Amino acid sequence: MLKDITIGQYLSGDSFLHKLDPRTKIIAVILYMVSLFIVNNFWGLGAMLVLSLAVVLISRIPLRFFFRGIKAIVFIVLLTVALQMFMTPGEPLWELGILKITKEGIRQAVFMGTRLILLVSVTSILTLTTTPISLTDGIETLLKPFQKIGVPAHELAMMMTIALRFIPTLIEETDKIMKAQSARGADFESGNLMERAKAMIPLLVPLFLNAIKRADELALAMEARCYHGGDGRTRLKALQYGRRDAVAGVFCLCMAAGAFLTRLL
Amino acid sequence: MIRIHHVTHMFKKESTKHEVKALDDVSLDILEGEHIAVLGHNGCGKSTLAKHLNALLLPTAGTVEVDAVDTANEADLWTIRQMVGMVFQNPDNQLVATTVEEDVAFGPENMGMEPAQIRQRVDEALALVGMSAFKDKGPHLLSGGQKQRVAIAGIIAMRPKYIVFDEPTAMLDPTGRREVMETMQRLNREEGITVINITHFMEEAVLADRVVVMERGRIVLSGTPKEVFTKVDLLKQMQLDVPPVAELAALLHKEQKQIAADIMTIEEMVTELCP
Repeated sequence: MLKDITIGQYLSGDSFLHKLDPRTKIIAVILYMVSLFIVNNFWGLGAMLVLSLAVVLISRIPLRFFFRGIKAIVFIVLLTVALQMFMTPGEPLWELGILKITKEGIRQAVFMGTRLILLVSVTSILTLTTTPISLTDGIETLLKPFQKIGVPAHELAMMMTIALRFIPTLIEETDKIMKAQSARGADFESGNLMERAKAMIPLLVPLFLNAIKRADELALAMEARCYHGGDGRTRLKALQYGRRDAVAGVFCLCMAAGAFLTRLL
Repeated sequence: MIRIHHVTHMFKKESTKHEVKALDDVSLDILEGEHIAVLGHNGCGKSTLAKHLNALLLPTAGTVEVDAVDTANEADLWTIRQMVGMVFQNPDNQLVATTVEEDVAFGPENMGMEPAQIRQRVDEALALVGMSAFKDKGPHLLSGGQKQRVAIAGIIAMRPKYIVFDEPTAMLDPTGRREVMETMQRLNREEGITVINITHFMEEAVLADRVVVMERGRIVLSGTPKEVFTKVDLLKQMQLDVPPVAELAALLHKEQKQIAADIMTIEEMVTELCP
């Protein structure tokens, strides 16, 4: 049952977005987020909406993946919309006691709601079209310039790689321990929340002990294979920008500039 | 040649603060191209000895020299670790990367090699252990024997002269054990890599050129498998098993002097009894 868990929810494919360099995609997402919050009128927001739909279509990812993402944040969206609607001061349209909806409030609510939904959908394209490994590589290379000011770029990437490597192993182990405990009468399924949480303790203790032992042995094995940090280390697959990335980069810069210009309308 | 010269290693036990002598004045020369098996009980010091060969541990007294380079010499640490590869017991806890080929590339990457050269070495190493078809797979999708072969490929990619196997088959099923032993022997015979196999399986020790038996941090017996396994009484005294065929040969030899006592394999026994 635990084997069904997938991390990073990568969806293999060969769309334009799948083939982009992970660094381009990370920067593009950042530029997109900035643009989304720069635009302050409906022309700009409309343009971002059309653009986002275009990106979704280019990614060739089934729409249900986006609906699933939006479903997960539906509560936050509703809360934000409600807060904006009732709390923004301005010209009142409707009033009931202390509750009042203003014209500015509705405007703000529409803006924030749309922004949130677009934000979640487009950022999920990043993880849906990029394998966890190349995402890690991308983050490492992008953070490298900040190494001088103390950002542990290589160490962060190494930690992420090892975490990704051991997630399936630890899930398998949890499954095994659970079965072993169930065979001896442990009950993980019934009882109230407190009881179920308590039943997890005999599961977590061996799991943690084993994980620490694994970490110890892995460190030894890495040292035996000449691992001595990121200095002087090369990679089998070096990231390389292609013509695609130039196209995407120019496009993203245009988007950011365009978003800025819509403010002048 | 690896020269272990009067090595003593002391451990401080965390719980009791007592000093424990894990290795007690051990001397051993490992020749190039040799296949040597180190036998012994749990806690006899065989794993401690193994970790001295590539400077994961340093001797408290005495010296270990790899091709005349002292392992205590910190400047040569990475050269020594490249020359002496090490395969560990738990196949899961020595694979670092999320795909087989990235994992095999880990060693060469640490050595700072060019991507094209890494690619070539990875492909060669995977072909050598017969795992090329799995290069894009995640390690968690492989069997124990396959994982251990990937770990061996990861070592081969660094082109070591010596490979230390620290109980590589202890956690494997019979199929996995056979896969690993076949790979080990092929590397020794065809690639000329010196193999040091730390084990407690007698069937594996029989395959070696030389067997070293350890007890309480000392080397107590050393010689060819035939020399060592004919000392049935002594081995039993140390509570070590004797390969069943060797034990049978010893028993038969006691009754019938014309039957040779140094028979190690079933085939040899068959020719001995029905010539």
